[in-house]
Amino acid sequence: MLKVLRLSMKNLLRYKRRTLLTGMLIAVGVVAVIVFVGLSGSFKRAIVGQITDAVLSHLQVHRKGYMASVDNLPLDRMLPPKAFETLSDILTRTDGVEAFSPRIKLGAMLSNYAQTTNVRLNGVDPAKEQAVVPLLASRIKEASDENTLLKKGEVLLPEVLAKGMAVKTGDTIVLVANNKDGSVNGMTFKVTGLVESLMGPGGRDGYLHIEDAAVLLRMETPEISEVAVRAKNFDQLTAVAERLRAALELITNKQNQPMFELHTWDQLTPFYNVVRMIDVMTLGIKVILIAVVLISVLNVMMMSVYERVREIGTLAAMGTRPGRIMALFVAEGFCLGLVSALSGAAIGLAVLWILNLTGVEVAFGGANQVFALAPSVAPGEVVSACLIVLGVSILASLQPAAKAARLEPVEALRHV
Amino acid sequence: MDIVLFENVSKTYRMGEVDVAALDHVSLSISQGAFTALVGPSGSGKTTALNLIGCLDRPSQGEVTVAGRAIGPMGRRESAEFRGKTLGFVFQDFNLLPVLTVYENVEYPLLMIRDVPKGEHKPAVDRVLAAVGMADQAGKYPAQLSGGQKQRVAIGRALVGKPALVLADEPTANLDGATAHKVVELMKQMRDEFGTTFVFSTHDPRIMDQAEVTFHLEDGRLIDGPAVGKEAHHA
Ligand SMILES: Nc1ncnc2c1ncn2[C@@H]1O[C@H](COP(=O)(O)OP(=O)(O)O)[C@@H](O)[C@H]1O
Ligand SMILES: [Mg+2]
Repeated sequence: MLKVLRLSMKNLLRYKRRTLLTGMLIAVGVVAVIVFVGLSGSFKRAIVGQITDAVLSHLQVHRKGYMASVDNLPLDRMLPPKAFETLSDILTRTDGVEAFSPRIKLGAMLSNYAQTTNVRLNGVDPAKEQAVVPLLASRIKEASDENTLLKKGEVLLPEVLAKGMAVKTGDTIVLVANNKDGSVNGMTFKVTGLVESLMGPGGRDGYLHIEDAAVLLRMETPEISEVAVRAKNFDQLTAVAERLRAALELITNKQNQPMFELHTWDQLTPFYNVVRMIDVMTLGIKVILIAVVLISVLNVMMMSVYERVREIGTLAAMGTRPGRIMALFVAEGFCLGLVSALSGAAIGLAVLWILNLTGVEVAFGGANQVFALAPSVAPGEVVSACLIVLGVSILASLQPAAKAARLEPVEALRHV
Repeated sequence: MDIVLFENVSKTYRMGEVDVAALDHVSLSISQGAFTALVGPSGSGKTTALNLIGCLDRPSQGEVTVAGRAIGPMGRRESAEFRGKTLGFVFQDFNLLPVLTVYENVEYPLLMIRDVPKGEHKPAVDRVLAAVGMADQAGKYPAQLSGGQKQRVAIGRALVGKPALVLADEPTANLDGATAHKVVELMKQMRDEFGTTFVFSTHDPRIMDQAEVTFHLEDGRLIDGPAVGKEAHHA
């Protein structure tokens, strides 16, 4: 086998310029795949990380039917205390759940005594909320107290809205809300910080204490809109979600309908489509790589066979078995693919390394959201790109090699 | 003992509407160790006859036996194996592999055809290179050699696997007179040294005189030779 490879290498180096050009083309393809996968992968991790760590958390549980009208922030599809207790039990017992945080979501009128506007708010328990969305604290600007996220009587307002109303930290505002029976209640709050806007659902919500929210909504017993749940390990989210879903399905209401509904982060944000599109583009780049390798190797190998017809005739006449002639040409394509793939992989990794040194920043969803990317590729991705090149190189060599092996020595020797 | 036997062999090629008889009812035999020439003008059927002996082609009619084996029923792979084991080839255009050195060209049949253990290569290649007088050029590439030198290497390559029979189709056609003479002398020497049967074709009268046995072909018919077949005698 080694001797076949050695002779193939020599034949490959016979046409140095052609081999070099083709090899470079393939290598550029591999570099493109590696750099793209590295960049898009880190971009993907950055958005997913931001979405899950700052707003949504990993998954959410609601009362069945809540999500269908989530835009109205319905107050009549809340989890009553008993249901929340059951849910808490299940969440505490389920393997892989790190933390969970109940939220009361509501819409309210905000007044600064001069102007009035609508605001969407989350009533949260600050400690629990920070356990499920650890990046929340980093979104607070102009905080009056850096160490405390939120206390009773305080509100964190969406930054854009506050700017528009000329509300600053330290100001007092009034929140007026309708409860589910339609009666109105108003309370004054002190603004203790502004929440930086983020793309996606929930990215422009304000925060207040969950107990204040219950009072504002005149709840006799506190009801919960949603429970945000964080898994211990993001990579195991699917498994955790499956376990939870199985446990929750058993809980039914009086009509024998399921009580809860569970959604993972990807079902909650349209940005999952961005993530999916990145995956599709990665696939597209790989398809282009396959096409580049297929066409260039096929072209080179067809030329090789055509140019060496007499030589093949000589080898065959001397008694070289057809299988070995085939192997010689397949090995030639394989060597071309191997050398190109390895150099492409080396260059690609070098490019990523340099990008890491210089740093890559991507602005996304507004200038105040700049992701500093740390591009990296999983070793598996590099190996898979190389294997694609090798596999396609062999595939592209098969037909020309079979043609070479099928040549009749007498006719091949007569070929000029 | 006869190493090659033609019994009433014909080979016809179809050229458009007409059949061309490249060989026409030829019967002949070549005995082992004979230094044999096929002679005749261009188009007389020499190459066709050598291709049949060389197991590269099948007769349209009659029977060709080489080293005791009928070549007619052999498959592609089988005939390749037979050629690799029993036959050596020398070509008009030398046909050395340009990417291999002299040494590697001679080694090729051992390495890629006969799968001889690596340890046995060097003594065999060195011996053959010494015999053809190319030992001091072993590291050169074919492009660095003269025509006569290339043909010496090619003869070495044909002999390295110790074949019973070496076939050479117009081995001197691309060489000048003096070199041609020397190459044929070398082949004869090799026959003496290795006991290999040589069959070569030529249309050069000076070269054919160096042969011990000569078959004359014309228009595909054997017109003169030591063992002209039964059909020819009856005719
Ligand atoms: N593949 C072929 N197709 C058609 N005719 C052929 C073919 N090979 C040889 N011939 C014909 O057979 C005859 C003998 O050819 P060949 O054996 O090559 O003669 P030589 O080697 O003595 O010059 C010639 O007339 C030639 O044109
Ligand atoms: Mg001829």
